[in-house]
Amino acid sequence: MTALLHVDNISKRFGGFVALDGIDLEVQPGERLGLIGPNGSGKSTLVNCICGTLQNESGSVRFDDQVMDGLAAHQRTHRGIARSFQLPRPFHSMNLADNLRIPLLYTVHARLGPLRSPGDLDTRCGELLEMVGLEKKAKQMPRDLTQVEMRKLELARAMAAEPKLLIADESMAGLSHSEIEDILTLLVRLNERGITIILIEHIMTAVMSFSQRLAVLVSGRKIADGKPEDVVRDEQVVRAYIGQ
Amino acid sequence: MNALKFSLISIGIGLLVLAFAHWLGLDYFYFAGYTILQFIVLATAWNILGGYCGYVNFGTAAFFALGAYSSVFMYKFYPLPIPVLILISAVVSGIVGFGMGYLTLRLRGSFFAIATLAMAVVLQTLVINWDYVGGSRGAYILRPEKMEIAGLTINYIEYLFVLMLILAVVALATARTIERSQLGFGFATIRDDEMAAEACGVPTLRLKLIATTLSGAFMGMAGAPFPYYIGYIQPQSAFGLEYAVNSIAMPMIGGTTSWIGPLVGSILLGSAQQYATVTISSAVNLLIVGLMLVAFVIIAPNGLIGLVQKRLRRGPP
Repeated sequence: MTALLHVDNISKRFGGFVALDGIDLEVQPGERLGLIGPNGSGKSTLVNCICGTLQNESGSVRFDDQVMDGLAAHQRTHRGIARSFQLPRPFHSMNLADNLRIPLLYTVHARLGPLRSPGDLDTRCGELLEMVGLEKKAKQMPRDLTQVEMRKLELARAMAAEPKLLIADESMAGLSHSEIEDILTLLVRLNERGITIILIEHIMTAVMSFSQRLAVLVSGRKIADGKPEDVVRDEQVVRAYIGQ
Repeated sequence: MNALKFSLISIGIGLLVLAFAHWLGLDYFYFAGYTILQFIVLATAWNILGGYCGYVNFGTAAFFALGAYSSVFMYKFYPLPIPVLILISAVVSGIVGFGMGYLTLRLRGSFFAIATLAMAVVLQTLVINWDYVGGSRGAYILRPEKMEIAGLTINYIEYLFVLMLILAVVALATARTIERSQLGFGFATIRDDEMAAEACGVPTLRLKLIATTLSGAFMGMAGAPFPYYIGYIQPQSAFGLEYAVNSIAMPMIGGTTSWIGPLVGSILLGSAQQYATVTISSAVNLLIVGLMLVAFVIIAPNGLIGLVQKRLRRGPP
């Protein structure tokens, strides 16, 4: 089976600081990968390099048998990579339905051609909101939402682009236990529909229950990659998290 | 209401204004009205970039002057009818708008504003040193007293007024169409959050270039008939600060998120300025703008339109 995402030896530096140092990573179609690491270990930088928000200085990213290097973020979204942001970034001046309309108009249209009529668009926005349980708030503005609803909106908007790969960047930080369960159920349901998911998270119970495979970043290097239960027992990982 | 219906209604209102002006038969009305209409075009053009995309452009005067000086150049080189000059100015200012957008891609917020202001200074220096279009001496444009259209002889100022009226209708219809289209949604995402917009698949760079080009083109069109209106043009008047300040203040006062905002703002502020020019002094103009801007920032940060929308949302007491 060929990998859906193929990250090959990528590096990124900010001035003298090496944020990513020769990272290799493969993600198979339909896989649930957990990506963990202490603060500042380069998780978000890696996501940004995969999504095109940042451009890596060396190495390359291949997705779905296409080379992504040099492509802008919106072009990668068109090809099927979607992401949610660590801190939710909704479009503040638009209501929830319109927030979801953007990826439909700009990504799904760009991929399939303008097939959808305004009615279809409304139905699709409704479906997406229903998926995350926000259908009653379609006409509300993002500022009226609670934290967990904001995270759900963020995921729904990423899903609106009909991606093959979803990268959820800390979509559970700061949530309560039951809210985390909510988001996890949602992510598993998406995965069952065939969407490959990379979950970046600090909350270990969530990562452990969700991931089929775990990769660990420390100071810009990947130090472990394998089955979750093996990885958390790895000596290097324990040292990175707890110290010697 | 679809675009066609809206255009028909705007044309209808335009004709009513024209009929009223004709019935009044006052040259002064045309003079004052021309200025207000010109500000409607400028404010609407500014709002396409500043209001919809959130990029504050301080260089309105540069685009306006480019339009005006394109006309002066053609007047010396090969005189053409004004509607053709308007098109030429649109192309020239549109190209410069595109260039400005391309060069300032990485700049946001106040840095973008400073860059546009700098561009205005550079262009003014160029024009001051360009002898062919008059340099710092300025240039005279001799315009005919009367104009004959379709067998009808009208005063030249009325002709200019009609042209500007048409431009205003076109600008407003364009802005309104953009607002309700996919393009308008894309512009709004740029204003709200560019990074999230890219993640949703919005080609932000291309949209920004469309906005700077369109905005520049309309500003240039507003400037094209200006030399014929004023008769004598010099860099200081064409690159005047008042164009930059007014075209920012008018949408701000009216409300920047809708095409109605710049229209309402231009009519209010434009009329107040005309009134002050006649009754008090023309120097009071900028004072009025300043005071109104301060007042609106405090009382209604989202402009008059924002104030009305807020009331409507709250419902009757």
